[in-house]
Amino acid sequence: MSRSAEENIIFDGRIRMPYKWAAGETSSYFLTQLRDHAKLWGTRCSVCQVIFIPPRKNCPRCVTADTTWVELPSSGVLQTFAVIYFSEPLLQPSEPPYIYGIVKLDGADTGLTHFLGEVAPGELRSGMRMEAVFKNKEDRSGLITDLLYFRPEGGSAS
Amino acid sequence: MTDIAIVGMAQTPYRRRRDDANFAELIYGVTCEALDDAGLEIGDIDNFITVSNDFWDGRTISSMAVQDACGSSFDGGRNVSTVEGDGTFGLLYGMMRILSGAYQTTLVVVHCKGSEGNMRLITNGMFDYIYTRPLGIEATGAAALQARRYMDKYKLTEEDFAHVSIKNRGNALRNPNAQLAETLSLDQVMASKPIASPLKLHDISPISDGAAAVVLAHRNVANKLGRKPVWVKGIAHCSEAHFLGDRDLAEAPALRDAAFRAYQMAGIEDPFAEIDLVELYDAYSYMEPLWFEELGFCPKGKGAELIRLGATAFDGPLPVNPSGGVLSAHAVLVAGLARVIEASLQIRGEAGERQVEGPVELALAHGINGPCGQSHCVVILGE
Repeated sequence: MSRSAEENIIFDGRIRMPYKWAAGETSSYFLTQLRDHAKLWGTRCSVCQVIFIPPRKNCPRCVTADTTWVELPSSGVLQTFAVIYFSEPLLQPSEPPYIYGIVKLDGADTGLTHFLGEVAPGELRSGMRMEAVFKNKEDRSGLITDLLYFRPEGGSAS
Repeated sequence: MTDIAIVGMAQTPYRRRRDDANFAELIYGVTCEALDDAGLEIGDIDNFITVSNDFWDGRTISSMAVQDACGSSFDGGRNVSTVEGDGTFGLLYGMMRILSGAYQTTLVVVHCKGSEGNMRLITNGMFDYIYTRPLGIEATGAAALQARRYMDKYKLTEEDFAHVSIKNRGNALRNPNAQLAETLSLDQVMASKPIASPLKLHDISPISDGAAAVVLAHRNVANKLGRKPVWVKGIAHCSEAHFLGDRDLAEAPALRDAAFRAYQMAGIEDPFAEIDLVELYDAYSYMEPLWFEELGFCPKGKGAELIRLGATAFDGPLPVNPSGGVLSAHAVLVAGLARVIEASLQIRGEAGERQVEGPVELALAHGINGPCGQSHCVVILGE
C-alpha cells in the first residue's frame, strides 16, 4: 500500500430496530400489579429466603424455582444516588439535572434503581428513608416508569 | 503457572478519533506488528480470536469485519472464534483453545472506535429492557452510583479519587500511546465540570479509538522463538449479578474471587510483596482504589490512602498504571488487552520512557466488562 487518500470519507448511519420484547410471566405479574394497584412485588426464595426486587422466576443465588410472591411496602432506605448533569437528548427522559438512586424497600434484600424526585441534591444522604410516588392510575401503562420516582418519606427532606 | 506465553504484541496509539482508518485497517496494523514482534509469519498462526462488540461497531457479528485483516482467511481459512467482552476475556479464551491441545499458537485481536457511535446510547443498551434501560441510565450514571456507595461505606472523599487522576494522567506524559497526558492539580480536578455527581470530567476516562493484538504460544513453540516469552502464570475470570441493586456496589466479590484463583494458579501468597507492577482497569478514578483493594493489595477502604502516600506512584514500591491507565486512553474492550501489553512490556524491559525502575519479574493485568465492573479478568504475567 503506497497511495493514501486525499480525504477521509465519513458515512452517517443510524440503526433503527423495532422489537417486541416479552416481559415474561414473572415481570408481567409485577408490571400489571404496578399498573392496576400501584403495588411493588418481590419474590422470596423458599430455600435461602432472600427477597428479590425486580422479581425473578428462579432464585439467582441458589437457582431454585421454588419462589413465592411477596408484596413489598413502597418505602425503604436510600443506598446510593447520582446526580446527572450531562446532556444526551437522544437518551434522557427529562432535562438534566436529574437524580438516580437505589432504594432498598423495607423487607427486600436487593435495591431497586430508579429516579429520585421532590428533593435537591444537597439534601440527599445515603441511609435516608424514601417513599415511592406513582403516576395517576389513568396514566399508568404497565411500564417501570409507572413508578415516577422515590422522594424523601413524608414528602420533603427538610 | 501455565504452559502459555505471550510472544508478540502490538497496540495502536489511542486517539479521540481516527478518521484515517476503519476497523480492519486498525487491526491489520497491529496484526503485522505483533507477528513481527514475535518473529512469526501469518502461516505460523493456527488459531484466531477476534474481540469486538456489535453495538459499538454498529453491525451484527462485528468480528466478521476484521477477519480479512487479522489473517484468519489466510491459506483458505484458519480457525477463528470470537469474544464479545473485554480483550482480557479474549486472551483467556485464546489460552483455552491452545490448552485444548488442538493449536500451538493463537492471535488475539481487539478493536473499538468509541468515536463512531454514541457512548451514552450504547452503554444504556447493556441494561435490561424492563426495569433499568427505560430510566436512560448508562455507564457513567451507573458508575456514579458505585462511586457514591464506595465513598459512603468507607468514608472516602472526591479528593481521594482526584489523586488517582492526577497520578495516572501524569504517568501518561511518558506514554506516547496515551490520549490524555497532562499535569493536573487537585484544584483542577475538583473544579472540573460535574458530569454525574460525584464524578467530574477529570474522574472519567476519555472516548478513544484503537486496537491491540497479542500472539500466544504453547511452551513448545514459545521456547524456540528468539525473544523472551512473557509467561501467563495465572489467570481467572468471574462475573457477578446483573441488576445494580442486587450488588453492594462498594464491593467486588467477582474480582476478589478471580484474584484469589489467579494467585493460587501463580503460587502467590502475598500479592503486595510479590507483585512488582499493576495495570488495572480504571475507567473512572474511584475504580483504581476499589479494584486495588479487591485484588488483595491492602484492606478495604485503604486504597486511596496508599495512592496519596505515593505507594502506587511511578517510582513507588508498587507502581499502579505507570502507563497512565484507562483514565488516559479508553478504547473499550481494547483497554484490558492494553493493560496486558503494558505489563508485558515492563517485564521485557521494553516500556521505553515509561519503564519503571528496578526489575519487573511479576506483574498483574486486569480487565473488566459490564456496568460498574460486573465481570473481571485477572492475569498474572511473569518471566
